[in-house]
Amino acid sequence: MKENKKTYWKGLEQLTNDPAFVKNADREFPENLPLHKNGDGGSNRRDFLKMMGFSLAAASLAACEAPVRKAIPYVNKPVDVDPSVPNYYATTYASGGDYASIVVKTREGRPIKIDGNDFSPITGSATNSIIEASVLSLYDKQRLTGPHINGEKVDWAALDADLGAKLRSAGSIKIVTNTLLSPSTDKAIEAFSEAMGDVEVITYDPLSNFGILKASEQYYGKKVLPSYHFDKAKTIVSFGADFLGTWISPIEYARQYSQGRKISKESPEMSRHFQFESNLSLTGANADYRTPIRPSQSGLAVLALYNLLARRGGASTVNAPAIDIANLERAAEELWANRGQSLVVSGSNDPNVQVVIHAINELLGNKGETIDFAKAAHFRKGDDERMIQFVSDLNAGRIGAVIFYNCNPCYDYAGAEELTAGIGKAKVSVATTESRNETCNAVQYLAPDHHYLESWNDYNPKPGEYSLAQPTITPLFDTRQVQESLLRWAGNNTSYYNFIKQNWREGYFTEQDQVSDFDMFWDGCLHNGIYRVEAEVEEVPEAFGDISAAAQAIGRAYSADNQGVELALYTKIGIGSGAQANNPWLQEMPDPISKATWDNYLTVSQKWANDNGLKMQEGGTKKARLTVNGLSIDVPVLVQPGQADGTIGLALGYGRTVAGRVANEVGVNAYPLLDHSKGFVNYDITEGVSVELLSENYRIAQTQTHQTYMGRNFVIQESTLGEYKEDPNAGRYHPEIYKEGKFYKPSKISLWSGHKYSQHHWGLAIDLNSCTGCSACTVACQVENNVAVVGRDEVLNRREMAWIRIDRYYSSPEGATENKELEKAADNPEVTFQPMMCQHCNNAPCETVCPVVATTHSSEGLNQMTYNRCIGTRYCANNCPYKVRRFNWFKYHDNKDFPMNTPQNDDLGKMVLNPDVTVRVRGVMEKCSMCVQRIQAGKLTAKKERRKLQDGEINVACAVACPTEALVFGDMNDPHSKVSNLLKIKENDISANKEVNEERAYHVLEEINVSPNVWYFTKIRNKDKNEA
Amino acid sequence: MTIKRSLFGVIHGISALLVAFFLFTGMAYAAHPDVSDSEDAIQAGQSLFNANCRTCHRLDQNYTGPALRGVTERRSLDWAKRFIVNSQALIQAGDAEAVALFREYNNIVMPSHDFLSDDDVMNLLAYIEYGDTAEASAGAAGAEGTAEGAAGGIPSEYLTIILVVLVFVLLLILVVLGLIVSVLKKYLSQDQDLDQDDKEFIDQKTDIKKVFTSDAFIIIITTIVVALVVKTALDGLYNVGIQQGYAPKQPIAYSHQLHAGEYEIPCQYCHTGVEIGKSANIPSANICMNCHMHIQNVDGKEGISPEIAKLYDAYDNNKPIEWVRIHNLPDLAYFNHSQHVAVAGLDCQTCHGPIEEMEVVYQHSSLTMGWCIDCHRNTEITTQGNEYYDKLVQLHSESKDALKVKDIGGLECAKCHY
Repeated sequence: MKENKKTYWKGLEQLTNDPAFVKNADREFPENLPLHKNGDGGSNRRDFLKMMGFSLAAASLAACEAPVRKAIPYVNKPVDVDPSVPNYYATTYASGGDYASIVVKTREGRPIKIDGNDFSPITGSATNSIIEASVLSLYDKQRLTGPHINGEKVDWAALDADLGAKLRSAGSIKIVTNTLLSPSTDKAIEAFSEAMGDVEVITYDPLSNFGILKASEQYYGKKVLPSYHFDKAKTIVSFGADFLGTWISPIEYARQYSQGRKISKESPEMSRHFQFESNLSLTGANADYRTPIRPSQSGLAVLALYNLLARRGGASTVNAPAIDIANLERAAEELWANRGQSLVVSGSNDPNVQVVIHAINELLGNKGETIDFAKAAHFRKGDDERMIQFVSDLNAGRIGAVIFYNCNPCYDYAGAEELTAGIGKAKVSVATTESRNETCNAVQYLAPDHHYLESWNDYNPKPGEYSLAQPTITPLFDTRQVQESLLRWAGNNTSYYNFIKQNWREGYFTEQDQVSDFDMFWDGCLHNGIYRVEAEVEEVPEAFGDISAAAQAIGRAYSADNQGVELALYTKIGIGSGAQANNPWLQEMPDPISKATWDNYLTVSQKWANDNGLKMQEGGTKKARLTVNGLSIDVPVLVQPGQADGTIGLALGYGRTVAGRVANEVGVNAYPLLDHSKGFVNYDITEGVSVELLSENYRIAQTQTHQTYMGRNFVIQESTLGEYKEDPNAGRYHPEIYKEGKFYKPSKISLWSGHKYSQHHWGLAIDLNSCTGCSACTVACQVENNVAVVGRDEVLNRREMAWIRIDRYYSSPEGATENKELEKAADNPEVTFQPMMCQHCNNAPCETVCPVVATTHSSEGLNQMTYNRCIGTRYCANNCPYKVRRFNWFKYHDNKDFPMNTPQNDDLGKMVLNPDVTVRVRGVMEKCSMCVQRIQAGKLTAKKERRKLQDGEINVACAVACPTEALVFGDMNDPHSKVSNLLKIKENDISANKEVNEERAYHVLEEINVSPNVWYFTKIRNKDKNEA
Repeated sequence: MTIKRSLFGVIHGISALLVAFFLFTGMAYAAHPDVSDSEDAIQAGQSLFNANCRTCHRLDQNYTGPALRGVTERRSLDWAKRFIVNSQALIQAGDAEAVALFREYNNIVMPSHDFLSDDDVMNLLAYIEYGDTAEASAGAAGAEGTAEGAAGGIPSEYLTIILVVLVFVLLLILVVLGLIVSVLKKYLSQDQDLDQDDKEFIDQKTDIKKVFTSDAFIIIITTIVVALVVKTALDGLYNVGIQQGYAPKQPIAYSHQLHAGEYEIPCQYCHTGVEIGKSANIPSANICMNCHMHIQNVDGKEGISPEIAKLYDAYDNNKPIEWVRIHNLPDLAYFNHSQHVAVAGLDCQTCHGPIEEMEVVYQHSSLTMGWCIDCHRNTEITTQGNEYYDKLVQLHSESKDALKVKDIGGLECAKCHY
């Protein structure tokens, strides 16, 4: 066994062993409970008397008769709704060009949980954090309750009468929208435009990929966004494309990517991933080789790669300034070796760069293999050029009416200020979003749409791929679908439902011959959520082949040795464009990399911090004034390991002003910093950026250093592919315990008699190689288990409630105690993500210390937490080696001190709560239950059907949401279950301590022999042997 | 021992008898002596009762008509006979009692039974007075919930009053007896020719004060008082939140006795969720309307019953009926009906009691955790024909005891709390 010599650290303060960190790390509960807001701690004699009086009163009150509770049945119960029995509906999530086919779980007619749709070939059973959380936006108090004219609430008849006439006489009408994927919506707009005359749809996306569309037009003669197949690529090179986090269709890509990186002893092959980027992105964190580069170098790096490949392929090279970028040569070599099985992508929105990327993939023969034009993606149709033109037309008064179709350009468009100023110049302005936002405040008419969970729609994300959206709840408010509004204004009074049905009857139904009855066809499509026409493909365009113009433009625009500070604007995986910023689950979800919640911040390198004398510890930092081309904002600074030197990063999606009580004034708005002067929205600002550190102190609510393992380094066990091929035990740490002259495996020495699990033995296998850190699981868990949101202040007090957290570890070859060493360690660390939740130990340390037996062991291997028995001693949390138990310091529900906890405080928000899970009260401990409510429900179904439980029937919320199948849940007593196969468990073993024969599987902290039921698989990086 | 001394014993005996007598008369009622209590008479009466009376009458419960037991005590035998044979005749004759009764029960006409012979009527009365004592206890339990438990068994509040009065009377008697004792003592002490033994007996003075102030007495009394207080407090605390017997007034006076008992409608016809989900479901109005579209009143009555009218009102105006929830489990406990009914095959009555006899539904079981656990400890699992349990049965086969719920984790916290 070769021991791992790396140093692992969760934050820079741990790396340097900062005194404040060490002090806090020693203390399980660092902050005292502020019982008195005035700072007077403890209770005195009077308080005691008061409390005693209260207890007496409470006792006598409790003795009184219980309140009369009502049971109110339906008047007319719908046949398919049974109280307490969930219903599932397949529908579709699409917003701002993001797409996923989903299944919505409803209880008593209320949607409460969103899962992926297994039938979908695009997103499958996976979701992401934003989609998981979107069910709460249905119950957002910020939603508009009806139509408005100039701020006055009116009824639809009044609005239709007024607006219909005005639109007819307005002249030029523009419909501004994010990417629409819906064929029927297109038809509705067509009908509208036939009635109105001069109508044009202007599409923009807050996260624009116009660069690729434009490049395709230049290089292939067709504005098209190809589909990518990361699963088929053996070598993946990405220039700043965060395809696992936020780039175009991350769910789809993450699913594919993980397929190429699942390894076993039998097939020890995986893709190799090179990333060249400025900010440390989620994708960069997963890369095998990551090279920090400046945004100003990115164009040249792409050109250099082209030349390297062209030389190998004998094609003509282009003129390009010389640039030296680590790993580029090697990437070129491997790309060339894997021609047709490689993939190069770039996150740049510069069409010239994307032209070269197209050319590189052509050179490598990837078209038709890893890049698919036949099934091109429709996800991003945003046209930056048209949008820029539109805004100038608007300001010139050339536009009669503008309809903002479910978009918020007054916030999330680069030229928002200019646009907002111009809206007044149009005769008529309408916004249709379901929630009040910045754009709503700038227009005359509000014609609010249904929430997507209340709507009918159809989608066409790719050629031949269709999906339907159906309502999962009756509209909560007096809203109306935009398509129906458009039809109504055009004088067509059909409902949009009939309109879609008619389209499908005349279109897709007639084009198939499988089903002869339309209703059966329609019901089948609705049930499945999707409909496929395999044969439908788009023509594959031929390349023009000439990139010299693009190369010249790149040569002019980029430079190898820019000295100024460069700003790379990015989006976080939780907040995204900011459209759903008013969702507390997303605000409190720690960013997978920085582990910060409730804020955006300027990410700077350790070198910058050293140069500017900034020392960051435990989230404590200073604010800085960022000035970009004359525009200044004050924003806190976060020292980010891996940040390219000379660059800074700032997340979009924050600083909303009209988003609602949760998101308003959280963070700063970075959209105004975007540059759209070159005909596209540029997220990389390479000129005119300056940063000045201010003296103002600030604390960023980061979670990563909140739970620590006190320097035990074998929590993460990893190796390289080269070593793994030689020895499947590579990277494994096998602790041994010395006893009476001999060394034993820890599991051989135990004080415990051990459990026997006769029926089921639930276990979870977590593949660190598959986990990308995307955090969909954390939100899924929060939704499923009614986990409270505590807000920024309480996160700062280390009281976040998440049952599952993604621990992010940096690792570097050596430790650091001085600034210079710190700089080196933090320059470009490796990153490992480790989902951490209750390990359901068979020898659980928490169970033995509870004085009231509130936490016990089940006969199925679960560690059970009984809230009604818990008296809150917190001994269990103290004794938990994994630090996964969370204590309810406050009553988070029905408490006006936690207004951000909308799912437990708003009467409307509460509709999202899972009725099968208790909402915990103040003073009790809670933790992952391994979704015991799902286990119980699954067993009950099997019992009722008088059959054995099938593997896969029960699944935990985190594993369901996971796009990469990093978490596999199942019955370890069932020899045929997936988890048993993964762990290679011997058949007919019903003991608690199972013999696991998979070499990669390990227990975190195996040496203390708590015998968890959660197994981790070593992280294998596709690096050469000697580089680990 | 002299006669005089035994006099005391007699007096004491009288007081004891008095107590016993009053207690006895307080608890029991006396049927008319002419009414036979022979098995044959009761049996004959029962079949007559079932054929002619049961539609509207119960022995111990007010129903369409009053509860009947004790009628020969409340009324004269002759009056009762006449009323049974032809009540309308009696009412039209202006008999005050009959008219009052007729009014009390909503002017519902009781059919005449002139085909019954005098013997039949006596048999009927025999059944009424002495038949089906099991029904009596069930009825009494049911009556606790009903606000108007007028006739039949003595309602509990009257019982209390009677007991208090009795205690008062007995105390009076004791005082009187005490006076007699002291008078007798005085008289005897004047009598000079008493022997030594008797003299001592009369002269002996119990120093009551001394007894009351003795340590032993204080300790005993204190212990008893403390024990009683603690017991009462504990009982009280254990009963906090327990609503056993809770029988709230419902918005519609729906009778399970009529629907489930008499018409034998299966529970699941209305409680549709009981085999599929957590909730058994209080039936939605449309389920009621399946029958009540046609049935507008109880058998043989014209017009729409006022209670059924409430249903029509709710249904027509789309106004849900707000039933009062009787069985309230705390939110922290998860209970699933289908597990117990569809899988375990339990009868509804196991937990809900004799629901088919309840005019007004009350909470039969305590619904405490101890009650749940007891059942889980003792109940065998129905494993036959259910493959899910195969492995458990196989592993359990070595054990001598039957496979019970507790053996498969039925006592674990997370079966009900999560």
